Amino acid sequence: MIAGRSADAVLAYRGGEPISAGQFLADVQRLAPLLGAGRHVLNACTDRYHFLVGFAACLVSGKVNLLPPTHTAEVLRQLTRFAPDVICLTDDPEGASSLPSVQFPRSVAPLLPVMSVPQIETDQLAAYVFTSGSTGTPVAHRKTWGRLVECVCQEVVQLGLDADVAATLVATVPPQHMYGFESSVLLPLLGGMVLCAERPFYPADIAAVLASVPRPRVLVSTPVHLRALLAAGITLPSLELIVCSTAPLPQQLATEVEERFEAQLLEIYGSTETGQIAVRRPTATAEWRLWSGVQLEARGSETWAQNGHIEQPTRMCDVLELTGEGRFLLHGRVADLVNIAGKRSSLAYLNHQLNSIPGVQDGAFFHMEDTRSSHTGVTRLAACVVAPELEPARLLAALRERIDPVFLPRPLLFVARLPRNSTGKLPQEALRSLAAGQAKPARAV
Amino acid sequence: MSDKLSPIRQPASPADNAALTRQVAGLIVAALNLDVAPEEIDPEQPLYGEGLGLDSIDILEIALVVSKEYGVQLRADSEENVRIFSSLRALVDYIITHRTK
Repeated sequence: MIAGRSADAVLAYRGGEPISAGQFLADVQRLAPLLGAGRHVLNACTDRYHFLVGFAACLVSGKVNLLPPTHTAEVLRQLTRFAPDVICLTDDPEGASSLPSVQFPRSVAPLLPVMSVPQIETDQLAAYVFTSGSTGTPVAHRKTWGRLVECVCQEVVQLGLDADVAATLVATVPPQHMYGFESSVLLPLLGGMVLCAERPFYPADIAAVLASVPRPRVLVSTPVHLRALLAAGITLPSLELIVCSTAPLPQQLATEVEERFEAQLLEIYGSTETGQIAVRRPTATAEWRLWSGVQLEARGSETWAQNGHIEQPTRMCDVLELTGEGRFLLHGRVADLVNIAGKRSSLAYLNHQLNSIPGVQDGAFFHMEDTRSSHTGVTRLAACVVAPELEPARLLAALRERIDPVFLPRPLLFVARLPRNSTGKLPQEALRSLAAGQAKPARAV
Repeated sequence: MSDKLSPIRQPASPADNAALTRQVAGLIVAALNLDVAPEEIDPEQPLYGEGLGLDSIDILEIALVVSKEYGVQLRADSEENVRIFSSLRALVDYIITHRTK
């Protein structure tokens, strides 16, 4: 489970302090019996090391980690229906959850290092990750241990990482997101590298956390954070590599990042369903290189991914053009899909949630054209709604219960009726025109 | 948060505070494309979640605008961060004591 390192080798840094592999195994052994008799654990730990210990404690006791993209009240209700025995593992002493909860134990004294490494069967179910689906019910995707290992071992090769050098990975992404799970938790665990427990947020935090760990360092991040780093004009400690994913990175931005931080930037492509499947260096080529063993197949206008570590043939939600053996170009998302700051959803799902709110007669989300220049480069969705009896603040509060905050509409426009055409369809362009003509948007204040 | 990097400043007058509050409100509205007028933002209202409805990406955007405009580098390493973004007034108070330009 720990990529053949010795018990005294460093596996993680937390607050700048090293944690050995033996200490990690002791922490896992202590936590496992506290997780109860149920089979499903919502691993909500925000500290990346705690998350890793929770993940491994589930593995050694035959439990399954549940990794939903967001923890809204509605998602927790749905998780309980999916797995009635689910408990929540949390490291937030004040975190209130509607689920039965287990607090991550506070360490008092270091435990005696454990020397024996647990062996996990390759076909053991390690996690369920969830996508939002289009009908209001999240779709669960199985992740078995052997396939996760296979994917991450390919990642080590594709990123050109040297396990003998044991770089430390500092990540700005949460461990629960599929990209963060693979590239900030499993990659250090299985690739012989070192995990960093912190999740720095502000540019100054990123610089401080990087400075707290030894070289060589790898920064695992997103376009939002890389833009923020450039905008803040901050100096970073030396980096070996920057890894970016969750949304396409404009080539200009990639060039600026490489020049400013004097490190190679590699971009990863994947999805919650397939995990990571391809890599490219955007300053060198627009073409993506597939993980060895993974295949893409064009079926009409769709592209399907299969083989390699992929659990089952999967339709990709992006428009891909196959350019050669193991190579492809990415031409953006399928029209219905939404990706805001790395969180994915679909207009169909969001519309379903909006229209299921009592008092909403009709409503639709749409993409606004945004010509603003923002530091983070994030553009929000807008929505039109017909709900004459509802206060804007109440409607927003109801939406907040159902969907991740990044998808909350900005603006939310109250209208007399939606501009449906004669077939009942609702062109995005008609919604944009309606929004442009609307004098007074109704946003909760 | 290191106070020692900030130069010592004269206490601001209430009129200066009010002007700065309006200015910061204006920066927030412009940066986030909000549908409120700057003067409509209640200085005591929470910025996060239920109040003005901002999320962590908004907070990052505000942090960048504030660092550019006032030379204040925000850090999330203390509970102070929660307090700074608890309201417009708290953010303005923080800028007053930590601004370097």
